[in-house]
Amino acid sequence: MFIIGELINGMYSNIGKAIRDKDKAAIQKCALLQVEAGADALDVNCGPASKQPVGDIQWLVQTIQEVTDKALALDSSKPEVIESGLKVAKNPTIINSTTADEEKLKKLLPLAKKYNAKLIGLTISSNGIPQNKDQRLELAAQIVATCSEYGFNTEDLYLDPIVLPVNVAQAQMREILESIREFKIISDPSPKTIIGLSNVSQGTDTRPLINRTFLTMAQGYGLDAAILDPLDKELVDAAITADLILNKNIYCNSYLTAYRKK
Amino acid sequence: MEQLIEKWTGSVHEVIIGATEAEGGSRQSTVKIGGEKTLPFLFPEGVIPNKPVIAYEIQDIPPQDWPAELTSQYKDVFNDPLAWAERCVAQFGAKLICVKLTGAHPDNGNKSADDEAKLVGRLLKRVTVPLIITGCGDDEKDNQVLPACCEAAKGERCLIGCAVQDNYKTITAAVSADGHSIIAESPIDINIAKQLNILISDMGLPLERIVINPTIGSLGYGLEYAYSIMERARLAALSGDKTVASPFICFVAQESWRAKEAKVSKTEFPDWGEEVERGVIWEALTATALMQSGGNLLVMRHPKAVKKVSSYIDSLFKIN
Repeated sequence: MFIIGELINGMYSNIGKAIRDKDKAAIQKCALLQVEAGADALDVNCGPASKQPVGDIQWLVQTIQEVTDKALALDSSKPEVIESGLKVAKNPTIINSTTADEEKLKKLLPLAKKYNAKLIGLTISSNGIPQNKDQRLELAAQIVATCSEYGFNTEDLYLDPIVLPVNVAQAQMREILESIREFKIISDPSPKTIIGLSNVSQGTDTRPLINRTFLTMAQGYGLDAAILDPLDKELVDAAITADLILNKNIYCNSYLTAYRKK
Repeated sequence: MEQLIEKWTGSVHEVIIGATEAEGGSRQSTVKIGGEKTLPFLFPEGVIPNKPVIAYEIQDIPPQDWPAELTSQYKDVFNDPLAWAERCVAQFGAKLICVKLTGAHPDNGNKSADDEAKLVGRLLKRVTVPLIITGCGDDEKDNQVLPACCEAAKGERCLIGCAVQDNYKTITAAVSADGHSIIAESPIDINIAKQLNILISDMGLPLERIVINPTIGSLGYGLEYAYSIMERARLAALSGDKTVASPFICFVAQESWRAKEAKVSKTEFPDWGEEVERGVIWEALTATALMQSGGNLLVMRHPKAVKKVSSYIDSLFKIN
């Protein structure tokens, strides 16, 4: 399971403040805590309050790179912010994210190629959020087709089925899970699959339990990666255990420690 | 037609045995094992920086159970481990000596830790190749003997063993303090091999200083169990699991020469041919099979078997 830690986001008040005050130590501490907890990559998002995201993302990338060489998922809806981050990144990078819209893909695919970055593709378009599995597959196929047009390696593409809150879209949960499995058969080599996990439990009273239940079920459907809170130890433990049950890692009594040592 | 080449993300840890004067020891040569980024001998898929290496096994007391053919090679030096080691190096070209301290066992003479440490000290003066030092197998005694030997060989970067799941702390501490590497032994069990590596590294000895002894069986006596365990660990290592990415040491000779096929006489089994040949074949075949599943360090006894296996290794490396 490829874990992308979601905590460096200006939306959270402590990170928003650290960005405003240019408080390197606070960002670096947040980065290292996530890495120690098992994160393979770190999401980097300036947040909605950032007035100069083009400059802020560079500062964030440089600050994080001083303490870890883990991959960075540059998270913005604005291609110019993403490119600004890519320019100063030395660590491996992931573009977070494109939609299935031609216009967006046209801007981001050349960037991904130029900077050798991986790409997260949301199965969403200007027409809105998909309502079922078929719509998700259609959008996924559009993204994959455009990637191959641009000569972008499908193995470096992470398709996101768009996870909706269980309390508003209960009927869609199975559609989302099945999409994960079917995304894998769109092309050979297969694209990878990813979810932004936290949305599933939005507005519920039992967020941690819903998060980890959904995550392990998604792993059963072949999920490759997730953006989540790695400091939720029970969540990461559940993900590691699901990997174990899927025979992705060799069992030993200390398998939870072993995973975090990797 | 397109060639499908596997892309591995991990690699086997490279372990160095022996330290030269410049490195704080007194060896004239050192031996590197591991470091490969692909499965054994699959040269097109990745780098294999080091060939498998053969260590000659000697013992501190005359072996009691070695068959006649094997004994004939060393009988005159059985009582003198220093001369024995020297023969392996000078006459047979050994790159590495594995000294087994059998005589420390309470049932085998109960030699003291001090005596064994002195032997190690003298051995290091007599031969200049790197040393592997293994205990007698009695946990309590090994916990006295091995730390003393570690100290006597301080800085020489020996390979010391064997640590087991129920007895690893004392040995790990000594190995760590005196700059050696450790052999972690598990009973043909991948889960225990992984667990023991974690326990040892939790004590502060880096994973890069661990060699796994997966415990092997010889041809016809469970070789395939060891083979599949090693293969599984290696596949995980190449996929990125550092906790099982250690090189393997295989105690080939001790298992091969116990096989009935290696030691019974021709008079007993006339169809089986000369026992002079049989043991050598058994040792050589066991070694070559284990190399194919990832064996990096092979502990052997008979010079003829070593010669066969060495030329096999060379020929496989020459093709590429």
